[in-house]
Amino acid sequence: MASVKHLLGIKELSAQEIMLYLNSAGSFKDILKRDIKKVPALRGRTVVNLFLEPSTRTRTSFELAAKRLSTDVINFSAPSSSILKGESLLDTALTVEALGADIIIIRHSSSGAPHMLSRHIKAHLINAGDGTNEHPTQALLDAFTIKEKKGGFEGLKVAIVGDIIHSRVAKSNIYCLKKLGADVRLVGPATLLPEEFRELGVSTTTSMDEGLEEADVIMMLRLQLERQGKGFFPTTAEYFRQWGLSKKRLETAKPDAIVMHPGPMNRGIEIASAVADGDNSVILEQVTNGLAVRMAVMYHLDERKEQ
Amino acid sequence: MTKQLLDSKEIDRSLTRISHEIIEKNKGAEGLCLIGIQRGGVHLAERIANKIKNTEGADIPVGSLDISFYRDDFRIRQPSVIGRTDMPFDVEGKKVVIVDDVFFTGRSIRAALDAIMDMGRPALVQLAVLVDRGHRELPIRADYAGKNIPTSRENERVEVLLEEDGHEDSVILTPVTGEGRSAGEPEGEVNNG
Amino acid sequence: MRILITGGHVIDPSQEFAGRADILIEDGRIKTFAKEKKLRNNQAQVIDAEGHWLIPGLIDMHTHLREPGFENKETIKTGTLAALRGGFTTVCAMPNTNPVNDNPGVTEFILKKARAEGHARVLPIGAVTKGQMGEELAPLYMMREAGCIAFSDDGRPVANPLIMRRALEYAKGLDALIISHAEDPVLSDGGVMNEGLLSATMGLKGSPAIAEEVMIYRDIALSELTGGRVHIAHVSTLGGVRVIRQAKERGIAVTAETCPHYFSLTQDAVCGFNTSAKVNPPLRTRRDIEAIKEGLKDGTIDIIATDHAPHGRAEKMSRQFDDAPSGISGLETALSLSLALVEEGVLTEMELIRKLTQTPARILRVDGGTLKEGMPAELAIVDPQRRSVLKAAHLKSLGQNTPFDGMEMKGAVIKTFFGEKIMEWGQE
Repeated sequence: MASVKHLLGIKELSAQEIMLYLNSAGSFKDILKRDIKKVPALRGRTVVNLFLEPSTRTRTSFELAAKRLSTDVINFSAPSSSILKGESLLDTALTVEALGADIIIIRHSSSGAPHMLSRHIKAHLINAGDGTNEHPTQALLDAFTIKEKKGGFEGLKVAIVGDIIHSRVAKSNIYCLKKLGADVRLVGPATLLPEEFRELGVSTTTSMDEGLEEADVIMMLRLQLERQGKGFFPTTAEYFRQWGLSKKRLETAKPDAIVMHPGPMNRGIEIASAVADGDNSVILEQVTNGLAVRMAVMYHLDERKEQ
Repeated sequence: MTKQLLDSKEIDRSLTRISHEIIEKNKGAEGLCLIGIQRGGVHLAERIANKIKNTEGADIPVGSLDISFYRDDFRIRQPSVIGRTDMPFDVEGKKVVIVDDVFFTGRSIRAALDAIMDMGRPALVQLAVLVDRGHRELPIRADYAGKNIPTSRENERVEVLLEEDGHEDSVILTPVTGEGRSAGEPEGEVNNG
Repeated sequence: MRILITGGHVIDPSQEFAGRADILIEDGRIKTFAKEKKLRNNQAQVIDAEGHWLIPGLIDMHTHLREPGFENKETIKTGTLAALRGGFTTVCAMPNTNPVNDNPGVTEFILKKARAEGHARVLPIGAVTKGQMGEELAPLYMMREAGCIAFSDDGRPVANPLIMRRALEYAKGLDALIISHAEDPVLSDGGVMNEGLLSATMGLKGSPAIAEEVMIYRDIALSELTGGRVHIAHVSTLGGVRVIRQAKERGIAVTAETCPHYFSLTQDAVCGFNTSAKVNPPLRTRRDIEAIKEGLKDGTIDIIATDHAPHGRAEKMSRQFDDAPSGISGLETALSLSLALVEEGVLTEMELIRKLTQTPARILRVDGGTLKEGMPAELAIVDPQRRSVLKAAHLKSLGQNTPFDGMEMKGAVIKTFFGEKIMEWGQE
């Protein structure tokens, strides 16, 4: 049984712990389908969304998930925070904790920021994305979506496409899917996909056709447009020609392959609209599943006592 | 020392009686549904539904309910996988019979009532239990009880073992030693209220 | 006052001596160095050094004393005390203070403060460029007059090759040494740890080994062109060692140092975002460590320096990895970590002590690092066998930032002599 107090990354989790979250998420998803989409499970708890990097989608998802569990939620985001006044991240987090936070959800542009806080903070921490390190709840919701659609992970061919090195989503997914037994291939330009990743037990290729061949799952990553002009790739048009997921490219994968994207999408840059809105796409279901998985994470972390 | 309170025959006889009483009290099977509380209540609800089908020829829908999210002891609960709540019917306007194995403090039933109310507005809710061991902490009573068994609140544990879980049907009473629960502590996995 | 140290195993590379010897100290100077024979105790206080090593006071060519400007991290007083604790009697103070030591006023301040409060000898290193900005040369001649023994923009490289060329040309006229922090800032591109799979999977920006190698090559080439003397600070990479080795084979007068952490720890020490192991240049790989040891062994790397870089606890340990300052508080662990090289057979005891005494003195062209008769009594008594668990909180330095916290260290300084001052160190 899971024993860690925080959710800092998938790297630190065992396959068993991952499965605990995935197995419980279904029960939380059921709640979301009811008329009364709320349970008193964490009544009286306080959840603080400490989002020090702009994000609406993830913050909203965590906020709603927390509310569905009957917690009180406080949003503490970058523009309004005292971080702008020069307060350190640790001081801000200690202040939030002193206000009575039981669970702190942290997003920060520095890799390892939640790990640093975990050495000083008693509240449960959930990493909602740290720099280019990890985004564990995204990987859990992706795994939950795959499990729902494909039944399991063993031997499943999953292609992750795009800016791998700068993607915390990609990294958490690599760790998660490897632990669950999937066959993971990484696809992207060599400037954004170091071959060292092979040491993690995945294959790498710069060829989209090779990467998508017979794939069961295609995970498209968001291309950070600011990388353009830094020598990683020449233009977005050229990028789409090589690594964009078009209707035609999709035919390389298995007919029942599912197409995933963590959002927000750059339509026409990494993914064609026809694919994003097409039959193979599970992109909107990922959003719904995100709520269920985040509820499961908060619920189970709350069970963990001081170690 | 473990003591057997009910054997397989007695359990079956109790369930048969409860099935009859449910039909009698509700004047037939019309609008009835059974909701078993995870985990012990679910199998019992299915057995009762079968008995009613055999005598009345009526198919009564059976749901399973996990009350984890509604418990009042979440501050001291142990990490556990959430059981599946499976309601293949709408409770709105139904005559709902909650089925549980051991009736103790009443807290589980309170949680189950809240969970059911969040799913809709039943016409009425009744409670059927295999064993009532007393020591209520809430004003809740059973409409149907297989057997009333006086127990010691702190020092004894009542367990219902069923074939469906790989046991021989029996209800046993075991003494709780050492780390036994004290008054006010939550009802554990085994000893549902 | 007379002190007789007797029975110790004396290692003095400046006299090519390693063996039993008695040393008589009188009024803070070495009066008699008696090889292979016993001195009589004529009214001297006797220190029995049986089973211990007696070595010249160590010289650290690379120390950050932080004063003026960062007295929360270290002061001249605390830094020099930490030096004595580690067996160092001379430390070279890097100029990245606030204000930067880029003018004779700051140099004089440091020397004055060291005379008043310092426990050990402080030799200031001046900045190569004004404010260490890499743009305009600092007044090297006047700083030299004021007491700077070398020049460096340490902490940041002299990025512009033309400025480095001019600096070497100008320094040559002064016969001054330029110490190069060899890092191509364009290639290192803000990296905070070694570039590789680990940096990629931790989501930390990597600083590639090539950034060091390329810059070492540039500075050696400029040294060859200009005839200016260059010393490569804190070599951390296999490629760097290779470039220096090739230069030396061609007869170029380059010298180089490495630091104990570059032969003791790999990049794995930063796992878990451990900021105490964040250092610049970053900790590298097993292969680099092997190359560094090879370089120490064959003389490619001339000396061992500490790059003692103390920081306050809050800034070092309570910030996210990207924002935490780089550096290790190294004065008090350097000797123990270096003794492991003798144990492993990389260096002989003579070679090791030479890299910590005679050679830095020679590169800096200063006295010290010797037990010759008539020289100031600067020496340390070391128990090479003593084992103890390092406790960062027990360091004399204000900077308790060390990745070796909690590790067992073998070998300890038990007494340090600095002139008439004798410091005795406890077990902790």
